[in-house]
Amino acid sequence: MLSLVTFFPLVGALIIVIGVRDNPSLARIAALLVSLVTFLLSLKLLYGFDNALATYQFLEEVPWLTAYGISYRMGVDGISLPFVLLTTLLTPICILASWESVQKHVKEYMIAFLALESFVVGVFCALDFILFYILWEAMLIPMFLIIGVWGGPNRIYAAFKFFLYTLVGSVLMLVAVLAMGVKAGTFSIPELMAYPFTLQFQIWVFLGLFASFSVKVPMWPVHTWLPDAHVEAPTAGSVILAGILLKMGAYGFLRFSIPMLPDATRFFTPLIFGLSLVAIIYTALVALVQRDLKKLIAYSSVSHMGFVTIGLFTLNQQGVEGGILQMINHGIVAGGLFLLVGVIYDRMHTREIVRFGGLAQRMPIYAVIFMLFSMASVGLPGTNGFVGEFLILLGAFLASKPVAVLASTGVVLGASYMLWMYKRVVFGEIRNPEVAALLDMNGRELALFVPLIVLVFWIGFYPTPFLDMFHASVQHLLDQASVVKVGVLAR
Amino acid sequence: MSANLLILLAPLTGALVAGLLGRRIGSGLAIAATITGMLISAWLSIRVFSVVAVGDGPVIREEIFSWIVAGNFNVHFGILIDRITAIMLIVVSGISTLIHIYSIGYMADDPDEPRFFSYLSLFTFAMLALVTSDNFLQLFFGWEGVGLASYLLIGFWYKKESACNAAIKAFLVNRVGDFGFALGIFAIFMVFGTLDYDRVFQMAGAGEFKPTVDFLFFGDVDTITLICLLLFVGAMGKSAQFLLHTWLPDAMEGPTPVSALIHAATMVTAGVFMVCRASPLFELSETALGVVTVVGAVTAVFAASVGLVQNDIKKVIAYSTCSQLGYMFFSAGVSAYAASMFHLMTHAFFKALLFLSAGAVIHAMHHEQDMRRMGGLAKKIPITYGVMMLGTLALTGFPFLAGFYSKDAILESAYAAHTGLGTFAWIMGMLAAVMTTFYSFRLVFMTFHGKPADHHAYSHAHEAPWSMRGPLLVLAVGAVFAGMIGVPLVGEGWFKGAIVLGQGHDALAHAHHVPFWVKWLPFGAFVVGVYLAWLMYVRLPTLPGIVAETFRGTHRFLVNAWYFDRLYDWMFVTMAKKIGEGLWHTGDETIIDGFGVNGAAKMCTRIAGGLRWVQSGYIYHYAFAMIVGVLVLVTVYT
Repeated sequence: MLSLVTFFPLVGALIIVIGVRDNPSLARIAALLVSLVTFLLSLKLLYGFDNALATYQFLEEVPWLTAYGISYRMGVDGISLPFVLLTTLLTPICILASWESVQKHVKEYMIAFLALESFVVGVFCALDFILFYILWEAMLIPMFLIIGVWGGPNRIYAAFKFFLYTLVGSVLMLVAVLAMGVKAGTFSIPELMAYPFTLQFQIWVFLGLFASFSVKVPMWPVHTWLPDAHVEAPTAGSVILAGILLKMGAYGFLRFSIPMLPDATRFFTPLIFGLSLVAIIYTALVALVQRDLKKLIAYSSVSHMGFVTIGLFTLNQQGVEGGILQMINHGIVAGGLFLLVGVIYDRMHTREIVRFGGLAQRMPIYAVIFMLFSMASVGLPGTNGFVGEFLILLGAFLASKPVAVLASTGVVLGASYMLWMYKRVVFGEIRNPEVAALLDMNGRELALFVPLIVLVFWIGFYPTPFLDMFHASVQHLLDQASVVKVGVLAR
Repeated sequence: MSANLLILLAPLTGALVAGLLGRRIGSGLAIAATITGMLISAWLSIRVFSVVAVGDGPVIREEIFSWIVAGNFNVHFGILIDRITAIMLIVVSGISTLIHIYSIGYMADDPDEPRFFSYLSLFTFAMLALVTSDNFLQLFFGWEGVGLASYLLIGFWYKKESACNAAIKAFLVNRVGDFGFALGIFAIFMVFGTLDYDRVFQMAGAGEFKPTVDFLFFGDVDTITLICLLLFVGAMGKSAQFLLHTWLPDAMEGPTPVSALIHAATMVTAGVFMVCRASPLFELSETALGVVTVVGAVTAVFAASVGLVQNDIKKVIAYSTCSQLGYMFFSAGVSAYAASMFHLMTHAFFKALLFLSAGAVIHAMHHEQDMRRMGGLAKKIPITYGVMMLGTLALTGFPFLAGFYSKDAILESAYAAHTGLGTFAWIMGMLAAVMTTFYSFRLVFMTFHGKPADHHAYSHAHEAPWSMRGPLLVLAVGAVFAGMIGVPLVGEGWFKGAIVLGQGHDALAHAHHVPFWVKWLPFGAFVVGVYLAWLMYVRLPTLPGIVAETFRGTHRFLVNAWYFDRLYDWMFVTMAKKIGEGLWHTGDETIIDGFGVNGAAKMCTRIAGGLRWVQSGYIYHYAFAMIVGVLVLVTVYT
């Protein structure tokens, strides 16, 4: 079942390779269908998932390189399943968002997107470290192509910066993975979680993994690839980048660093808190002065991911659940915001904030939706952003009061850059004649936002179904994190 | 669904109908939908008030649904209606209904009417959710919800730059307050393990908590003091108290009904409500009460002093609101919570009346707000003049009108507290009372008396339509009688368990026994204030200019509202942008990308200059850095 969800898009992509010849519309429709079927399949996973269990479900295991302890192992728990669903939900939205804006090499574009979906879902389902690593790296290729082929004018620079930044991290991760696998004699993730590594070993391995995960999150100071990548990526690329790719780093912390290296985790927690706080405040201030809409949202993503990493490393139920929820929330809200930028970019071919102003007069529906996502980003109660942010800060307060106090300032800063940006884009008099000729969103564009808006309010008012999914697995994670593997408390 | 839940849901439904369908169904139906929602809500509020507050019905508690559950953290949406809430329900839904009706006339020519009514109803919903909450998180939900509505309404005329800026300012200053509020909530959960009022207050009363907590560089601090002060930061933001007051005068950019509803009668009193609601906590901390007293007393004088010299009719009333909220706070600070609530209620009537009358004046003068361009309007718009005079008399504490009862109760309580801070608050309160009377009558004299300054506008001035006059008359009745009817509120134990008083905190009970001169001194203040205003603005109209000229420094200081705006603008706005630019260009571009990313690459170039055949410098730079990284790690590890 998991393999079906994972590889269905890839099979779909192959069919498009063979079956579709020079027919862009057919490629679009086929890709949309494939991604929708994948989404339905993933809903079946949700239906069959038992919230009460902390163990991996839908397990699959096929021996692969048994001599090295490598197998094809797949399974999901309450931490990974939400990300599988987020991926399968955002992919059809992305394909629909590219309906008109992508006109060259449509077939190849769709293939890249479906391949990307397969690899990302695979990353979240993999229970073997080598399998995980392969998919993690494989995913870079379609993403690299999406930015490098369908991106903006400076796309080559951005694509390489993205590719190499992440590759440097990946190589260090590979070393860490190999070290762990060799030491434990297996690459099975559940078994690695139980293996008693020494503190010295844990610290080195933690750093290796950290190199890769922190680039992906991204954490300060290795975040500078993100604004460039976002600015040059096509709209759908940005959505996937912000919505899912950034989550993989934080997911890595949850799946590997914390449960496998609990002593090192406790040892490095102050460092992570420190870097996250810098990220929250520093990038919020930088976001304040951005002139490019996408750059602003990209910097805001770094700031929001700072909250997530704090939440994960509070190592208490509120903080970790808040962190996971906030990852989902950020996928929805930042995804929505990038789509919103795409809507006006398609019309005006600019993202310069000063070129806008007065949009509300021409595009009232757009103004309302933009307001809604801005408020969700700011974390207004009643939207999903609030629930995640609140739980994170609550958890942080229980873990460390100075961290909570400093992180909370991000809430004020976040409101500043979002509201100021909103004012300059949507409010005011129309100054640019191009704005005066704008048309409001059409049905297809509106359809992109409907599922996201539903989720914003659903999680805002009734997050219980989502949090219920996390409870058992997070509890299990915290039990693992509290284990002292080396007999010596690092802190 | 219970009828009590409908009190909240009716306005919400109205807001959604008007907001989402307003364009389709037209403004007539949209307005009808919101007003129907408001009437239902007001009617149900009156019913529940008569059960809980007039009758002797039990406190109503309902749990609606579970909101956030994570670990041992568990919060639900719920309804709690005791006597504090009952009063707030009447004030909020009653005044809100009147203002909806008033807005029919006031906003008649605005093409965005449905949007306006939708926001008004949304505000009412959030405010009702705030006052009916049975836990701190739902309080916070309503708290931020009214903040959103306030932001949307201040910026209602979004084409105006100044309106947008005022809206953002209001939201951000409130966020600063909410920053403290949120930390207070975290601290409550940390200490008590729950956010339900009942549980928290019960445990606090029984002393079931850790007496001190470690907080930042303050070391071990008293738990309750910490919680109360953090909560109070939130109250200061929402109720525009000294230091966090700068947003309220700017909020006058919104349409006048908004100023009346949100920025005078209801939302800004949320902070006062919160302190009264949390009386079981505040009573346990003398320090927190002391801070509340001082901040309230300072605000009362500060805002009144700025009000003395304003020329914009709405700004005068805005500073007046700020000042009156100061009264409510220092009253709470001396443990006279009932007097705070009483003044909150009477103030809602007469301040809404003053704002709506000012709106009628502005309407009559074709959107002119500068009082220097008015004058002599009494003859042209006598009804407006009459109700405005009633509102002014009620505010300034003329005997037997609303303010006379509630403000005197506050001042007498402060005097009867017999503490240093109580006496300080009393002196500040008296000082503010003189100034209040002065600026209020200055407003009346400049607007309605003397000779018209602008003959064209004067000759076109006209009385407002009935939809506006009706609510004015209803509020005028309230401004006259709310005090007399409300006196039982400050009687002993009217609020029952909703307000808890600590040992020896009986200032209010002793307020009746203050000396005769203390009782009548406020009236003396009234007489002095009226006389001075009459002297300067009726008898000798050249005098204000001379006084301003003589005390030029002081005058400029007051006109600029003690220079807070400029200070904050420089400290926060300019600095934040400067730091942001600095971090971006120097931090990201020069240091991280320049030295770190590209710099590391460049260094590698120098080391291995021969490998230039890779097409892009970048690929090879990074690849090399990567290889070096791997080598270092492998070497160190093995």
